[in-house]
Parts: sequence; C-alpha cells; structure tokens
Amino acid sequence: MRTVEAPERIEAPPEIEPQPKVTRYRARRISYKVLMYILLLGLCGFILLPVGWMFTAALKPDLEPVFTPTPEWFPTTFWEWGNFHRVLTESMPFLRYMINSTIIVVACIIGELIACSLVGFAFARLRFRGSKVLFYILIVTMLIPWQALMIPQFLLFVKLGWYGTYLPIIVPSFTGTAFFIFLMRQYMRTIPKDLDDAARVDGLNTWQIFWRIILPLSTPVLTVCAVFTFLWNWNDLLRPLIYLDSDEKFTVAMGLANLVTRADTPWNLTMAANLVSILPCVIVYFFVQKKLIGGIASVGLKG
Amino acid sequence: MAEILIEGVSKVFADGTEAVHEVDLQIPDGKLMVLVGPSGCGKTTVLRMVAGLEDLTGGRIVIDGRVVNEVPPGERDVAMVFQNYALYPHMTVYQNMALSLKIRKLKKEEMNRRVEEAARVLHLEDLLGKRPRELSGGQRQRVAMGRAIVREPQAFLMDEPLSNLDAKLRVQMRAEILRIQQDLGVTTIYVTHDQTEAMTLGDLVAVMKKGFLQQVADPQELFAHPVNLFVAGFIGSPAMNVVEATLSGTDDGMFAEFGGHRLAVPDEVVAERPALASYRGGTVILGIRPEAMEDAALVSAPGPDSRFPVTVDLREDMGSDVYLHFTVEAPPVYTEDTKELAADVDEKALEELHAQATERRSAFTARTSPETRARVGGAMEIWVDTRKLYFFDPESGESIYGEREPASSGAAASVTSA
Repeated sequence: MRTVEAPERIEAPPEIEPQPKVTRYRARRISYKVLMYILLLGLCGFILLPVGWMFTAALKPDLEPVFTPTPEWFPTTFWEWGNFHRVLTESMPFLRYMINSTIIVVACIIGELIACSLVGFAFARLRFRGSKVLFYILIVTMLIPWQALMIPQFLLFVKLGWYGTYLPIIVPSFTGTAFFIFLMRQYMRTIPKDLDDAARVDGLNTWQIFWRIILPLSTPVLTVCAVFTFLWNWNDLLRPLIYLDSDEKFTVAMGLANLVTRADTPWNLTMAANLVSILPCVIVYFFVQKKLIGGIASVGLKG
Repeated sequence: MAEILIEGVSKVFADGTEAVHEVDLQIPDGKLMVLVGPSGCGKTTVLRMVAGLEDLTGGRIVIDGRVVNEVPPGERDVAMVFQNYALYPHMTVYQNMALSLKIRKLKKEEMNRRVEEAARVLHLEDLLGKRPRELSGGQRQRVAMGRAIVREPQAFLMDEPLSNLDAKLRVQMRAEILRIQQDLGVTTIYVTHDQTEAMTLGDLVAVMKKGFLQQVADPQELFAHPVNLFVAGFIGSPAMNVVEATLSGTDDGMFAEFGGHRLAVPDEVVAERPALASYRGGTVILGIRPEAMEDAALVSAPGPDSRFPVTVDLREDMGSDVYLHFTVEAPPVYTEDTKELAADVDEKALEELHAQATERRSAFTARTSPETRARVGGAMEIWVDTRKLYFFDPESGESIYGEREPASSGAAASVTSA
C-alpha cells in the first residue's frame, strides 16, 4: 500500500529576477575562492619558510655567516651551486650514503611486504589452532619498546657475525612488524569472504587466492606499509649507528648527524645535504599521495 | 552433466547449531532443482556443502557417480553463482570469466572461444574490458552467470542469484536463467527464499524448514498436494487460508464448520482422503486457497453449503483479479508452522498472528474475479470451491490423505506426496 502525503506547502513561484542576482551570487563565490587561495598560499609560504631558509643557507660560500640576526630568505645574494656537488661527492660522500640508504630501504620494504602480507593473510583468512592466541601475542609485542630489545639484539647479531653489515637492519624486516601485520589483517578481513569462496570453486588453492585475489586487492594497505617503512628506515639513525662501523656503509641520517656533531659544522654543506636527503621523501610522497591517503583512510589510520 | 545425489547429509556447526538434518535429495541429470524455505532453513548450507565450501557432518554427496565428500571445491567440476555475485573487483569482465580456465591451464584459443561464446549468450560482448564496479546490477549478475558458464561444468549451483536485483530485472533474469539452463541442459541446484521463483524455475522443488526437508515434488504437485501445513502455507501467493474447523455429519454427508459457517465436504474429497473419516466429530485444520474462493454473486449455480457471509476489510485491485481481505470469527491456526511462516514475512505478520490468536479471529484472503462489486465495509457472500479443500491434522500439521498417521511424525517427513 502506498500512502500519499499531502505536499507541505506549495511555494510561490520564484520571482523572475534579471541578471544582477546571478552575477552577485557568482561574484560572491569567486571572491570566496580567491580568499581561500590567498589563505592557503599564505600557509604554504609559512610552511616552506624553513625550507627556503635551508636553501638560502645551502647556497652560501664557506665563510659567510649562516645564522644572521635577521634570518635571510629569498632573494639571496649567494649562488654557490657547487656546495651540492661538494656534499654529494667531494668533501662528503653523500651520494654514497644515499645509495646505502636506498639499499637498506628497498630491502626493508621488500621484507616487510612479503612477511606482513603473508602473516596478515594467515591471521585474516586461515583457520588454525591457536590463531587467536598468536594474534594476541602479536598485539602484545607492539607494547614492547624497541629500546628494550636493543642490547639483546645487538648481542645476538654480534654472535652471528653480522656486526658491520646491513644484515641486522634488513633481516628483521623479513620477520615482519607487528603493527603492519595488524594493519594487513584488519584490511584483509574487510575483503568479502565470498571472493575466497568463488575463487575456491573456480579452482584456486589457498596460495593462489592470496596471490591472485587478496594481494591485488590489498594495494592500499601495502602502499601504506611501504611508505611507512621507507620513512622510518630513511630517517632511522639509531640502528645504523649501532651496527655500522665504516664510512662507506653509512646512511644519509648518519652522514647528517656526523656533520652536525662536528666541532666546526659547515652549515652551508649541512643544509645542502639536508635538502638532498629530504628529496627522495618528497618524490615518494608526490607519486603515492593519492594511494597513501586512500590507504590511510581505508585502514582507519589517522594523524 | 551429471546426476547429483545428496544422501543423509547433515551439518552441525562448531557452535552446536544443527543447520541441516539428514537431507536426502536426488537431482536427475539436466534438471533444475530449487531449494526453497524461509531464511535459516539450511538451504544455502546444503548448496555450500555440494560446492565443497562447507564440510559434511554426516552423509555423503555424489556427483556423477563420484563421492565428493573429500574432494576440494575446484575439483568437483561445479560452478557457483553467488548472491552478491562475488566478482573479483580488480579484474576485468574477461579476466573474471577466464580465471578458472587459466587455473586449469586451458589453451589461450580455447579460453578465448569459451569466454566469447558465454559473452555472446549473455550479451556481454561490449563489457569484456570493463571492471565490475563500472557495471550495473543486472550486468554484474550476467557476468557471474558467465563465469559459471565458461567452465562447462557438470552442475550449476546458484545461491539466491536474483535477490539483489529490482523486481522487473528479476523477472527478466529469471527467464534468462531458465533459458540458459535449458539450452545447456546442465544439472542445477537453485537456492531461493522466494516461492514464486521456486515455482517458475524448478523442475523439482524441495521445501525446507529449520534444517529438515519437508517435501520434494514438481511445482504443480507441491501446490496441489502439500504434505503438511508448512508447505501448504509456504507455496502459493497469496498464502493459503487456514482455520480450525470441526468435522461433523453423517455417513451421507460431511461438513466442516468454523466461525458459525458451514461448508459441505464433497464425497469425492472424502473418497480421496480415507483418513478424514476418523476425524469426524473432532477438529481439523481446514485450508482454503484464495484461488478456490469467488464472489458468490458471480457464481451461476453455487451448491448448498458452499457459501458464507463476510464483511470486506480491504480490497486490492490487481487488474487481472481482486484480492478481498475479510475476517472469520474462528481461532486461527497458531502452531510452530504458522508462526514460522508469519515470521518469514516479517515481524509485524507474527505480531498480527498473535493478536488474532488472542482475539480468536482469522484473517482470510480471497482471490476473486475483477468483476466483483465488493467494497470495503460492505457485506457479501463468498463462495468456496469445496472440491479444493485441504485438511491437516491439528496436532502434527500433516496433511490428511490416506490412513491416519501416528501424531508424532512431526516435521521430519520428507515424503513425496501420493
């Protein structure tokens, strides 16, 4: 049965007003937009202020003071582009450091993605004895600060003869990170089980379901894990500091730290090195930002 | 193509609920069997067990002479269509349909041939490059069908494949499914909770209730000879009217009395149901299908004791016929079966049934000719085609046909009616 509701009140037909109203409305919308743009541009400038200062400082010659009473910004009077060249190859081997960091980061990302997606899939989809208990244990391990494991891990890796190599930094990635496993599991649980059933009837085995169905559908969460792994390892100072002992194995973060902790810190070169080291982060973010934001939203991460 | 045998199959879930109780079904080669019943009756569980997605607690399933209890789903050579289609979102229509063939390492040419053939049958040619999210509901449904067809399997398993479509599309796809199934001649098990779908599609219809098989028969048989109150109430739309009645009379005539009305039970009906005699002087449940009633004013020669006066509560014009709703002052049938049936409609229907039981009145629906002059609030006479009366045992809810059965048989019956 259908009930027909009486119309609330028939509104009087709108008075036909000539152009002015429309243009006024449009003008208001445009001025609102302009205001927003000005505001946002102002904010951008504010955020870019330190970066601009870094850039100015990086272009100064060696003896020019960097910390001037009024901070110098654009336009600068100095254009020592050679500083970048010096930082990357001559006085400091930052190119070497960047290659080292890249090796570590790429290896860690591969390790994390393989390990976490497999374990996450197991927790999300496979029924096995003790899976719940194991998952709770996994959650509990997230509460243990890394610093508490630092010394035992160090002793272990020294015993294994891995001191001075990248192995103590890379290998733990292949055992997964509790937080990422948790994220993967949560995300994979949102993928409808009917897809697994359909795939099973289609003749796929568990591995094929993982590889052909679940993994391709998990790209948002895989992206999130990859980007976080990249950021953490690119910026990580402590672990490389503990395990690496020779200059040619140092990472970017170590190179920067070494520059700053010197008695006669060459600020112009430090700033050039800084700029170079944040470049990969910016590039990565530029390319994956859409996926990343989507991914963060989809796994319920914030902040 | 193959015959499917389901023999004494049971399913008890880990939490102890028994979803399916010793169900026996035989689906002949090339036939379409519909499993129908209210939600939670175990029909989908049976289907999933045939597919291999659910383990059996007891019994066995035989497809084409091979016991498949331990055979993984992919090797059973059955294809399934899911309620929400379960298309792989990251694959194109082509990839969705071809995946199972790829896994089976079919040659590229053969794969293309089959996918294109299925696409042609289902009018999907232009959509092969699209992803599921770019498709409409009906198109997705077709792709899901296509994914089953390309397999050229021994059996199709369909789990409420039309329930996500709007009414018009559902009727259209229903015809489509029937056409494809008949063209391909593939043995099919089709699960639905919609009795119209069951009646129109099925070569055979199996009615289930709470894990128990009630009756298996072809649609006409199911409609004409339901084994019990539940099947009688579930099959047919609008549902059969049922009411408690007293059987009275002498040897030369039998009468069913309810709410001050009296209907003569024709001799042929009594003859068809020898067991009915033993209920004389006692109560039975009387069933009258809406189709067996007519506005008495439109019947040329209504026999004696085939009419009763009513006041119309509601008139629904359907075009081809008119539904008249009225109340009979007799207690409704308030058993597990009728409650289950009401609950399947909705919460409100169940409350309504309860209210009727406390007020000792029954709601009736008659399906009359559109020429009826009946109007709401008006008095009229309803004529009943007394040759089409149904009788059920008030204790067990079983249909009264042959010899009187012991009252304990309950819901476990899985007899194809005589």
